[in-house]
Parts: sequence; structure tokens; C-alpha cells
Amino acid sequence: MNTLLAFWSLHTPALAVALPLLGAMLVMLVPAERFPQLRGIVFFLAAALGAFAAINVAGQALADGACTYVFGAGPRIGGGPEATCTTFSGVPIRIYFHIDAAGALMLLVAAITSTAAALYALRSEEGSSGLTAFQPLYLLLVAGVYGMVATGDAFNFFVFLEITSLAGAALAACRIDRGLAAEAGLKYAAISSLGGLSYLVGVGLLLARHDLLNIAALSQAIQGGGPSATDYAALGLMALPLAMKAGTVPMHQWTPDTYSRAPHPVSAFLLISSQASLFGLFRVAFTLFGAPVVSTTSLGAFLAVLAALSMFVGVTMAIPQHDVKRLISHHAVSQTGYMLLGASVALAVLGDAEKTAAFGRDALAGSLFHMMNYAIYNGLLFLAAGAVVWRTGKRNLDDMGGLGRAMPVTMLCFGIGALAIAGIPPMSGFASKWVLYESVFRYSPLLAIVAMVVSLLTLASFVKVFQAMFLGPARKHLSEVKEVPLAMAFPMLLLALATIAIGLFPDVVMQRLLLPAADALLK
Amino acid sequence: MNAILTHLPFVIAVTVAIAGLAVVLWRRNLIHVLMGMSLVESAVNLFLVALGYRHDAVAPIYTGLRDGGEHVYMVLPTVQALTLTAIVIGLATTAMMLSLVIVIHRHYGTTDVRDVRRLRE
Amino acid sequence: MRKSRIVGHIAAVVYPFCLVFGLYVVLHGHLTPGGGFQGGAVMATGAALMMVAGMFDEGEREIKYHHYKAIEAFGLLLFIGLAFAGILSGHGAFFRNIWANAGGWFGAPGESGSFNSGGLLPLMNLAVGVEVFGGISVILVTMIRAMKAAERGEDREDEEGEGAE
Repeated sequence: MNTLLAFWSLHTPALAVALPLLGAMLVMLVPAERFPQLRGIVFFLAAALGAFAAINVAGQALADGACTYVFGAGPRIGGGPEATCTTFSGVPIRIYFHIDAAGALMLLVAAITSTAAALYALRSEEGSSGLTAFQPLYLLLVAGVYGMVATGDAFNFFVFLEITSLAGAALAACRIDRGLAAEAGLKYAAISSLGGLSYLVGVGLLLARHDLLNIAALSQAIQGGGPSATDYAALGLMALPLAMKAGTVPMHQWTPDTYSRAPHPVSAFLLISSQASLFGLFRVAFTLFGAPVVSTTSLGAFLAVLAALSMFVGVTMAIPQHDVKRLISHHAVSQTGYMLLGASVALAVLGDAEKTAAFGRDALAGSLFHMMNYAIYNGLLFLAAGAVVWRTGKRNLDDMGGLGRAMPVTMLCFGIGALAIAGIPPMSGFASKWVLYESVFRYSPLLAIVAMVVSLLTLASFVKVFQAMFLGPARKHLSEVKEVPLAMAFPMLLLALATIAIGLFPDVVMQRLLLPAADALLK
Repeated sequence: MNAILTHLPFVIAVTVAIAGLAVVLWRRNLIHVLMGMSLVESAVNLFLVALGYRHDAVAPIYTGLRDGGEHVYMVLPTVQALTLTAIVIGLATTAMMLSLVIVIHRHYGTTDVRDVRRLRE
Repeated sequence: MRKSRIVGHIAAVVYPFCLVFGLYVVLHGHLTPGGGFQGGAVMATGAALMMVAGMFDEGEREIKYHHYKAIEAFGLLLFIGLAFAGILSGHGAFFRNIWANAGGWFGAPGESGSFNSGGLLPLMNLAVGVEVFGGISVILVTMIRAMKAAERGEDREDEEGEGAE
């Protein structure tokens, strides 16, 4: 037992990725028609164990500052010469995972949402036609997201990026839906594969210039030697596709299509996959290139403009929508703008130590805070909206109404998510938006005002949706509708609870999780 | 002469990439668009492999060195490993996109990008 | 399209050679250019040849589909299992090549260039080769089937993307 525990704690970083992968292979071996229950159990166990390992890693990384795992290393994994991942000639060539406080934050978020969505999927995807493909692909997506967040190797990041792209596109298309889902999946696959190629060229340029792939060694080489034209080109080639995969304007068109056509639990987790891309953007900008390169470009200001555009375009596109999932997807674009806003302010003042200490650090922490909250409350919104669609079979808001009496739990969860996305005080969304307003205001009051206006519009939009779905007179064709089963209500309640808890204790989260994470990125 | 030869692979890679992107942007048949994406991918692979090439070197096979005897150079194996991985990923992506096109064709009866936009409605 | 008997028989003759050559490339992956993916692709070419030549007709294809699916899953499982060997043996990390230079089978030390020198690598290559063979064949069968069943209604589409090297 003790040795087992020692094994577990030593290998958790690898196991967080390996267990979902192993689960994906095992699920494929269980015939879907004959043993659907066994398949479900294997599926959920793999997702839950992977999440448990990820949370464990995050805990270790937060306690020790950072946590490194070298793949293929000999007996001394945690310490000794092999942990530095150099070969006999001193070249850092081994693939390794490096989880600092920022990575730990992302792992935590991904673990929570992936488990909730997996539990929800057990019931909501039961008996659906694409199930044979759904379960392995979902686990593949989970493993890819963990890997993207944890990896310390620029090329390995590309591999995980492509795994998430492939699995995400296939998942979006796995319910054929008269060809509509296939169209959404094709769009997502095409865009992310072109983006991935652009990232790969960037990695190739860095390899040619510095002869390295290891992110830590690369960042030393880049930041130590003074920026060259190659570095700038690589920065552009790597940053833009990641911004695109995160779904920022003007490269956001795929987002509503893909999110709205994917199965409901997948929509909730695809958010995390986009977040991982955004996190990759932060990694590239802050860790890899850092102050010497970024501060001599206008990347920060450029991204700030994109962020403001995303916020505004997302919300204005959302207001006239009638398809509930499409509406939430447009809001997702708008929320991504908030996350990018804080980080781009931090990027814009990166070269200036004084301003960074004054508000840049807070802006980045606020951005990470919003990422964390958004993953939870927007996941919750997708799950709750999915529950309504699952029960009623309708996606159009005009066909719904008066569902509050039949589905009180869903109504409660959707309400909590809606309050959080609009930034109303007791919920988590308020806390992170407040940090963002404060810090962004000191950089540019205009941007902060845009953010506040967008928040108001978000509130207006969700009041309309909530009213259309749950309030008003009961519709005749919806009289048979019942509350969703416990297996679907429980994950929603879990996420709702997390939303409220974070909103009630923002200071604890800020001190324990977010400021260390921001410092790890700024270092 | 030598300078031209050194830079030729990069020139070709850029040309192929531009051709591929042009196909992606201006062709209307989805199959052609996917062909364009494959072209871009090949250009990227060519670019990567060309990064590690030197004209007086042998293939990076360890046992190949023993026979040659004195001072032999190898081309850089890292980029070749990257390229191989990129090829595998590209194969999977292309296969998936092609099968999605098959599905779209079955339901819409067309592969013209102007008609494949029902999500917008 | 009419089935040609000549093409069919030639394909049947070439098929085993494709498999053997693919297997050769797979097994020597740690010594010569090639390896799991390339060898697997060569093997799958043989399967593709058989499909094009029409040797797998409608009824038989159903069986082959499940076979390929199983082959693919087996290869993936073998690969992940070998990757776990380092952890399970207690002597290293995930993906540790525990048999390298360990003597005995596959791990003869100091004999670079001999077939016996790769540790776990030949087995991993074999796993990848089997997986790629199964995977590409599954993709081919799915596509051919989808084209043939164009007139039939909804049927599901599944694709697996393997990004591992």
C-alpha cells in the first residue's frame, strides 16, 4: 500500500495524461452494444482518476512551487541529474512536463470541469448513436488538454494541441445532425489544422535559431541574447493561431458553430480546450518570449484591441440569437475578450517593472481568475441549457417557456450561471470582473468602460433568455417535461456550488492560487 | 551558385505554401480546399526538413557512421522526428476532414463551399 | 464497377508481400529509416489494394471492419502498456526504456547496430505498426462503406486521431 502511494505521488504528472489515454483504449475494447454499463464505468473511472491525478499534481506544484517530470528518465525522477532532462552531451532534449503555479491553476479547472461533464455525459449521451466514438474521443480530449497545460516542450505542445483539435473536431461532428454537426466539425478541424501548422513553423524557426525545443532553455536563450528578427517572426506565428483557437475576434467565426452543434457535455469541455489554447498564448508571450521581446513589440496593445473587439462583437452577436446554445456560444467569445484583456494589459506594461507591480500583475491575476470562473460558470450554462434541450428537444427560445415549474433544479443552476456571467455580486464572475475593471482602468479607462458596458449587455441578454426559458405561462407542447435525472443534476449543482463558493471567498482564491500563478507567468 | 542551392528548399517551401493557401482561399470545392491544406502541410514539412540539412552530411543513422571512418557529419535528426510526427498528425487530420466532407456531401448533396453554410441560418 | 479477376488474383498474390515488407520495416525501425508508422502504412497499402481490387465484398467487409478495429485497439493498448513498463517496474519514468542495455533479449549492451540492441523500442515499433495498420484500414473501410451506403440513411461516422509518434 505504501509503495503504491509512493508510486502514485512520484508519477502523478504522467498519470494525469496516461490514465485518460489508457481509459480511451480500454473503452474502445468494450463492445458498446453488449456492455454499455461496463463501458460507462470504464469511461467515468478513467476521467475521474485522471482528474484526481491532475488535482494531486496541482497540489504538489502549489506546495513546492513547481513540479517537473521527465519522460523516459531513469530511477531518479524527482531529483538528481536526470531531472534536468539533459543528455550525456548536455543538450536538453528529453520531453518533460513542467507544472508551475499557473499550470496548476489550469489543471485544477480542467479537472473539475472534465469530471462534471463526464458524469453528465453518462446519462445525457446514453443510447445516442455516436456513443462508440464519443467516449474514447472525450478521454483523448481530456488527455490532450492536460498535456497542453503541463508540457514543458514547445514541440510537445504542438502534439497535444493537435490531439485536442482532432478530438474536438471529431466530437463536435459525432452527432451528424443532418450534416450540420459535420459542417461545424469540418470548420473547426480546418481552422485548427492551419493554425497548428503556423505554430509549427514558429517552433521550426526557434529550433533553427536556438537549436532548442525545451521551453525553459529556449526562454533563457531568447531572453538572454537580445531579440532577433527570427524571434519576432516566431512570436507572431505562434501567438496568432493560439489566439484564434481561443476564439478571439476577428477569428471567432468557428466558435458559435462548433460549440452550438457539439453534444452538450462536449460544449462544456470544449471551452476548456479553448482556454488551454489561451493559456498556451500566455505561456508563449510571458514565459517563452517575455519582457525583452514582447515589450519591444506592440503585441500587448494589439491584443487589447482584439480583446475589446471580442467582448463587444461577441455580446452584440449574442443578443439577437434565438438558438439557446448558439447564444451562449457568442457570449463565450465575449467572455474570452475579458480574459485576453487582463493579460494584454499585463503584456503591454511588461517591460515596465513599476507599472507591472502597480497593476500589470493584478490584471494578469484577474485574467486568470476570470479564466477559472468562466470555465466553471460557462460550463454550467452549457450543461443547464443542454439539460433543457435534452428534455424538451427544442433549441429555439421561442418554443420554450414556463419550464421553471417542471425543472426547478435546472432553473436554479442556469440562474446562478447567468448571474455569474453577468457579474452580479455574490457570484464568482463579479469578483474576477472587479479585479479586471480596477487594474485595466489604470492602463486605459476606455477599455475598462467598454468592459463594464459589455457586462451590462450580457446581463440584459441573460435576463431575456432566463425569462424566455423558465418564466411565463406553461406551454402546451411542453407539459410532459420533467426534471432531469440526478446523474445530470448533480454535476450542475457541483459547478453551481463552486461558482458561489469562489464568489464568497475571492480573497482566499486570489492569495493561494491566482497571485502565485500570475507570478509564475511573469517570472 | 551555392547560395542559390542553399536557399532553394526554403523558396520552394514558401511557394508551395502560398499556392496551397491560394487554393484554400479561392477554390470552391471542399475537396480542392482540403488538397490546398495538404499542400500547406507539405510545405511546412519541407521547411522543417530543410532546416536540418547540410550538403556534406549523411543520413542520421548511427550505424552508418562506422563504415565511413573519419570525420563524417550527420544531418540534424530532430527536425526529421518533428516532420514525421507532423506527417502522422496531418494524415489523421486529412482523413477526418475527408470523411466529414463525405458526410456533408451525403446530407447536402454538394461540396461547394457557397452552399455548405447552413449553420449561419 | 465490374470486378476484374486478373486484378483480384494479382492483388491476392501481392498482399502477403506487402505485409511481410511492412513487417520488416516495422521490426527494423530502430536500426534503419522507417519504423512503426511507415511500416504500418506499407501494410495498410496491401489492405487498400485488396479493397480496391474488390476482394472484400459487402458481407466480408463487415467482419474485416471489426477485425481492423480490434487490431487497432490492440496496438494502442500494447503501446500504452509498454509506456507504463517504466512505472510498473519501479525503475524509471513513464516511457522509460527499461530493457535498454539490460542484457538478455532485445537489450544486448554495446552492440549498436545489432537487431538485439533496442530494448523496448522494437516492441513499441511493433505496437505502433499494428496500430497504424489497423487504423488506416479502419479509415479506408469506413470511407468505402460511406460511399457505398450513400443512398442509405443516417449511419455513424467515427474517426480516431492518433498523434503519438
